[in-house]
Amino acid sequence: MNEGTALTGFLAVYLFLLAAFTGYEVIARVPAILHTPLMSGSNFIHGIVVVGALYALLHATTVPEQAIGFLGVLFGAANAAGGYVVTVRMLRMFHSGKPAKLPRNPS
Amino acid sequence: MDLLLQSCDLVTAFLLIYGLRRMSSPATASSGIVLAGIGMLVVTLASFLYVFGVSGDARAHLPVNLLLAGIALLLGTGWAWWGGERVPLTAMPQMVALYNGLGGAAAGAIAAIELLVHPDVSNVRLVIAIAGGFIGSFSFSGSLIAWAKLEGKLPKPWRPRFLQIGNGLVLLVAVASATAMPALLPNATLLALFFVCSLAFGALIALPIGGADMPVVISLCNACTGIAVGFEGFVLNHPALMIAGTVVGAAGSLLTLLMARAMNRSIGNILFSSFGETAQAAAPTGGQLKPISAEDAATTMCYARKVILVPGYGLAAAHAQQKLYELAKRLQEEGAEVKFAIHPVAGRMPGHMDVLLAEAGVPYEMIFGLDEINEEFPTTDVALVVGANDIVNPAARTDKGSPIYGMPILDVDKAQQVYVIKRGQGKGYAGIENALFTADNCRMVYGDAQEVLLHMVQAIKELASQR
Repeated sequence: MNEGTALTGFLAVYLFLLAAFTGYEVIARVPAILHTPLMSGSNFIHGIVVVGALYALLHATTVPEQAIGFLGVLFGAANAAGGYVVTVRMLRMFHSGKPAKLPRNPS
Repeated sequence: MDLLLQSCDLVTAFLLIYGLRRMSSPATASSGIVLAGIGMLVVTLASFLYVFGVSGDARAHLPVNLLLAGIALLLGTGWAWWGGERVPLTAMPQMVALYNGLGGAAAGAIAAIELLVHPDVSNVRLVIAIAGGFIGSFSFSGSLIAWAKLEGKLPKPWRPRFLQIGNGLVLLVAVASATAMPALLPNATLLALFFVCSLAFGALIALPIGGADMPVVISLCNACTGIAVGFEGFVLNHPALMIAGTVVGAAGSLLTLLMARAMNRSIGNILFSSFGETAQAAAPTGGQLKPISAEDAATTMCYARKVILVPGYGLAAAHAQQKLYELAKRLQEEGAEVKFAIHPVAGRMPGHMDVLLAEAGVPYEMIFGLDEINEEFPTTDVALVVGANDIVNPAARTDKGSPIYGMPILDVDKAQQVYVIKRGQGKGYAGIENALFTADNCRMVYGDAQEVLLHMVQAIKELASQR
């Protein structure tokens, strides 16, 4: 969309590669207790798709484009907002002020 | 203006990854999601800076487009926020599925617009846009089916004979229309055919999968949406989208693998073999179900030295987590050692039951995972199973014909006495007979978990007052 960050050819592949490793490393060694919140959290993060949909909608010139773009923004916004609320609600459960956050000790 | 826009993207990419990182530890999780939320807010607001970059034809449409964007943002955010706040924690998995599907649809929408308007880009971009569109649509319809199943709107897995053929056919048409695209675009009919087939493929994959496997499907769709978003980010030349999407794609794939491993099944096995077909081949267990009243069971527990409570989804469905914790506290007062045993896939998602018990206020120290608690069952006086079925089915250890053979289970059958609180005599989520229920040391307490637990607590109170 702009020249400054034009990602061409192998540069893009490198970005994919590094991002994929980042995602893998961030999740690895996570206690099972957090799997559900993490799934919800990552669900929220791909809500960033709303930005792409906004870009498409703002550059739309025809009615079909506008219609699809409208739906895209609608769905993307719902993804982001819903993902956020659900994740916050789940994580609130781990924050009740009890000293109960120690890692599960194998006994 | 470009610099500002790009700085915002950079900050967001950092905040999203750092937020996800913080979410992967219980102590910092809450702050992680807030950080990620701030990042999302920044990038969404910044994207309105695009209006300064709009040129040519689109400029005339800008007011209308802005209005549409505003309405869509408000509607989408408002509806999802309202829905997310209202939904009970027990219904969380299907809500995640729904929101995830919408994200996939948004990625599909971007692909549709790009293919409709800019079919003249390089072939690489075209291919990536098509791939993203396919994966996004697949994720959308798959997630919707998962949502409908967990909501109970599609009670039975649907497995007609022609399904496999239909599936292959749909995939073939989707691939064929995709291959024809570089030559024939822009062509609305071709695009429509492609998207319809992609959607149908996702639905046909998800339809025959049993409800017990749905968490894996949701997680897989989550990863798919991430990948689709990353692809569309590449097409739009938007690094933040690429990074966030790819990170989620990789993280989601790993989560899916971890979940499948917890159930001792491969992803391929879950996606392409249906649970039910082998289930019919499983040997009938025979033997009698032996009912017992809640009061009698409570009396036994009252004199037990060690009690392990095994919650399953039925507990959550009856909203009886609080009552179970109350029972645990009563038993502790009577001098019993009480522990909660949680199977990795108890509830509807890995970790779901931990969340539900945490909500009820059960301290972390009382909750034990499969590996930690399994060797304790032989020295346990009473194991109380509440609304769980497949995760305590000994057939997983012994019966090679059983569809859940090899899945790690909680060895409750090794306890001195087992009580199972169950609503009725039906089968579990996977539709399999459970040999535990007819075992010699097992008694069934029929009824709603909430009521049964209430009776148990009362019975223990009375006993305690008589002493």
